[in-house]
Amino acid sequence: MIAPIFELSLEQLVADIKKGQISAKSVMNAVYQNIEKHNASLNVFRSLLDKSRALAWAESIDAKVKNGESLGRLAGIPVTIKDNICILDTELKTTCGSKILENFHAPYHATVVEKLIKEDALVIGKTNMDEFAMGSSTENSAYAATRNPWDLERVPGGSSGAAAVSIAARMALLALGSDTGGSIRQPASMCGVTGIKPTYGVVSRYGLVAYGSSLDQIGCFAKSAEDCALGLSVIQGYDERDSTSAQVNYEEGLSEIDLSQLKFCLPLEYIDEKVADAEVIASVKELVSLLKKSGATIEERSLPLTQHLVPTYYILAFAEASSNLGRFDGIRYGSRKQNGDTLESLYKTSRSSGFGTEVKRRIMLGTFVLSAGYYDQYYGKAGKVRKMIENEVESLFTEFDFIIGPVSPFPAFKLGEKTEDPLLMYLADIYSVLANLTRTPAISIPTKLSASGLPIGTQLIGRKFQDAYLLSTAVAIQKLTDYHKVRAPQFKG
Amino acid sequence: MKFEPVIGLEIHTQLATASKIFCRCSTQYGALPNSNTCPVCLGLPGVLPVLNKKVLEFAVRLGLATHCTIRLDSQFSRKNYFYPDLPKAYQISQFDRPICENGWLDIEVGGKTKRIGITRIHMEEDAGKLIHDEEGGDSSYVDLNRAGVPLLEIVSEPDFRSAEEAKAYMEKIHSLVTYLEISDGDMEKGNLRCDANVSIRLSGEEKFGTRTETKNINSFRFVQQAIAYEIERQTEEVLDGREITQETRLWNADKKVTYSMRSKEEAHDYRYFPDPDLPVAHLSQQWVDSIQAQLPELPDAKQQRFVVDYGLRHEDAGRLVSDRAVADYYEEVLTAESDPKLAFNWVAVELGRVVNETKKSIREIGVPPLQLSQLIGMIADGSISGKIAKTVFEEMLRSGEAPRQIVEAKGLRQVSDPGALDKIAEEIIAKNPDQVQQYREGKSKVFGFFVGQVMKASKGQANPQIVNQLLKEKLDA
Ligand SMILES: [Zn+2]
Repeated sequence: MIAPIFELSLEQLVADIKKGQISAKSVMNAVYQNIEKHNASLNVFRSLLDKSRALAWAESIDAKVKNGESLGRLAGIPVTIKDNICILDTELKTTCGSKILENFHAPYHATVVEKLIKEDALVIGKTNMDEFAMGSSTENSAYAATRNPWDLERVPGGSSGAAAVSIAARMALLALGSDTGGSIRQPASMCGVTGIKPTYGVVSRYGLVAYGSSLDQIGCFAKSAEDCALGLSVIQGYDERDSTSAQVNYEEGLSEIDLSQLKFCLPLEYIDEKVADAEVIASVKELVSLLKKSGATIEERSLPLTQHLVPTYYILAFAEASSNLGRFDGIRYGSRKQNGDTLESLYKTSRSSGFGTEVKRRIMLGTFVLSAGYYDQYYGKAGKVRKMIENEVESLFTEFDFIIGPVSPFPAFKLGEKTEDPLLMYLADIYSVLANLTRTPAISIPTKLSASGLPIGTQLIGRKFQDAYLLSTAVAIQKLTDYHKVRAPQFKG
Repeated sequence: MKFEPVIGLEIHTQLATASKIFCRCSTQYGALPNSNTCPVCLGLPGVLPVLNKKVLEFAVRLGLATHCTIRLDSQFSRKNYFYPDLPKAYQISQFDRPICENGWLDIEVGGKTKRIGITRIHMEEDAGKLIHDEEGGDSSYVDLNRAGVPLLEIVSEPDFRSAEEAKAYMEKIHSLVTYLEISDGDMEKGNLRCDANVSIRLSGEEKFGTRTETKNINSFRFVQQAIAYEIERQTEEVLDGREITQETRLWNADKKVTYSMRSKEEAHDYRYFPDPDLPVAHLSQQWVDSIQAQLPELPDAKQQRFVVDYGLRHEDAGRLVSDRAVADYYEEVLTAESDPKLAFNWVAVELGRVVNETKKSIREIGVPPLQLSQLIGMIADGSISGKIAKTVFEEMLRSGEAPRQIVEAKGLRQVSDPGALDKIAEEIIAKNPDQVQQYREGKSKVFGFFVGQVMKASKGQANPQIVNQLLKEKLDA
């Protein structure tokens, strides 16, 4: 019998577990069945709980149910977390997909992990990623690429590629990832799952190994916007350990949305066929006509600053990364390698051998844009442009409820297809970096299958701190479409 | 050729907060290596800094006391460099938006007042400490107890023209930070240290010469010696036709020389940029005003008041106020009847000597201000002579007893009763007919002999004025 577990909404499943109608153990068994069957071919986990331990944990939830003890909002739900989120565990490491942290066991929990545990979620494993979240395909992991369940020859996107796969292949029911320039939304789009990057500051970054600190945000993947909403309601919240954490009252609950009252902005630059695949543009347009049918207003508008998004984003992200990754120097963190007896050689050898090519490229570029004589020209200017973009988007949101557009210019590509040209890979972030630069919430929902059977997602970007409104709208849209229910053919189980 | 030195100082002072600047670890000195640490100050992957608000308050206190403009939206920046005592590979400091700017401070050298400009004061975290293998091995160890301890860096304008001025300024800053209770100013623990920028130029020249920076000088004496050495060294270099190289130097206190640490070519590019983990520190003018209102009386104002209220000489008042503890002690000694000048002598000279000898603070010596006040009162009302007072003082230091008790117990009270003294004087005159003869023949010096004899016979307790009067009457009769 196919477990109904994967058909229920998270909320329903948790309710059934709490009532004792479905056991947490059976849920755990179901996800481990998928893991055992497919992890070898997909390469999802960097580290994973031993099955017996995971089952024992699930049984303890069931025991509490029997004893009538009260349980949290994610009771018995298996969750994966990206390998750049710290967790204190004997089995689970935090390698960030890098050799330099090959044996790093974090001595503390990230705030989001504490929140998951408090709500009785079961964190079962750490998902593979592009090294230090630098990449869009998970091919930059120092521990081999993760594969796309829709086509094993293709990438799952990145950098939270394996997190998206853990949902697509039902190896978990909620996955946490991080999104600095699209690292949640782009793999969600390529793997046919729903993924949200919340407003900057809504989820604490304490315990997230930093890449671009002013852009990084933890978010979640699930099989639907409704499930994402439950996940976000658990991990969000002000954290006194994160000074950039927001002091806002996040509206936890979803609300009923009347699509006919909404106004969407469709930037002309986002449906430029010179940039995006025709099928990707078609996907957006199909959703647009569906929304129109529901009475929503869609207006095409030119966003001239779009051309500056990618360079601005990369200058800021690389600069911050070059500083953030300084601590992996072989002294306290990172594997120490020495060649000669000077301190400088210790630094050089440890860092040269510990970091992968893409990480080194970004550290060097970031170091350059911050260096004396170039600061104003690059980092300083990028900061000003960011401010301009933020202002422009803010004024846009006085007119519109959401910006609608593609997530990625193309569906999942073949492994190795784009590794030769990093610049081309950077340019592919054109639609996703806007939300990071403007600190706004954005979601990717599956809205089409390509002719060759690959999922394509559409992105909605909302107003700052209106994450619940964004999710509610996505829920309303998912009532009109079924793409989020379509599963990768070989991985239904 | 006559040269003029141009000197600027960067002083680092460790703040006396209970916890570190970006985490809750203790700042306690002398703890076991790496015991005052947590994921944040260890720079663990994933951690974030949270500003200790007390540091902001302390910075504003010093800024206001040095007439700075307080920036209501100051910002932290990262200073990036690699060193084993810096676990994040960057120091959180301030760069283009420091909390305090454009202040000044008056110093006094050789009786003249000079105003020194203060460019900026900014907040930053300290680094850890390297401990090198003591058994001669080639290992080094890193102690991160000090990592994240809050510091203020006070940058002066290049306004000093002598080593003495620089020393006076450093002393003044030391005095200020202790007055403001923002630092214990303990130089031996390195809680106040400075970097000196020194250059020379021909007298009358506008342009600055090439400067050297001598780092980590941790005493008033050393700052003066190091700068004097640099001035002399640079002068010799120039006179010998060599160019001064811009470089960082260190002070060797044993050899009393500065030596090169690194040249400008090896200097770091710190790649400062705003720390994205710390939002702009917004302050309200109201809050700044409330700190202004709570500032204690500062040394200059106190000195002025001591001159006006107590009639002290300017220099004497300066001597008292340079250390807040001494100034406070002095005022506690003073009572309505005390003579402020006499009290000054006892506090600054007598107690000052003990402070120097014992290296204790004035409160640790064990003479409470009220007891000293009592002693001074006894001198003033004639109960004891100034000479006996010193004996009593020694006894107070030794036993910790109150002066009145000591005087009573040892019978040291001054004898002022003419009846009792009359009898002694008569006896002395009767026993020494030869000296009486000499005196009456005009040898007035012999008078001193009679005074001494009477004092001796009274064990020093006779009131010398009355003795004088009595003897005069009897011998001149
Ligand atoms: Zn700490």
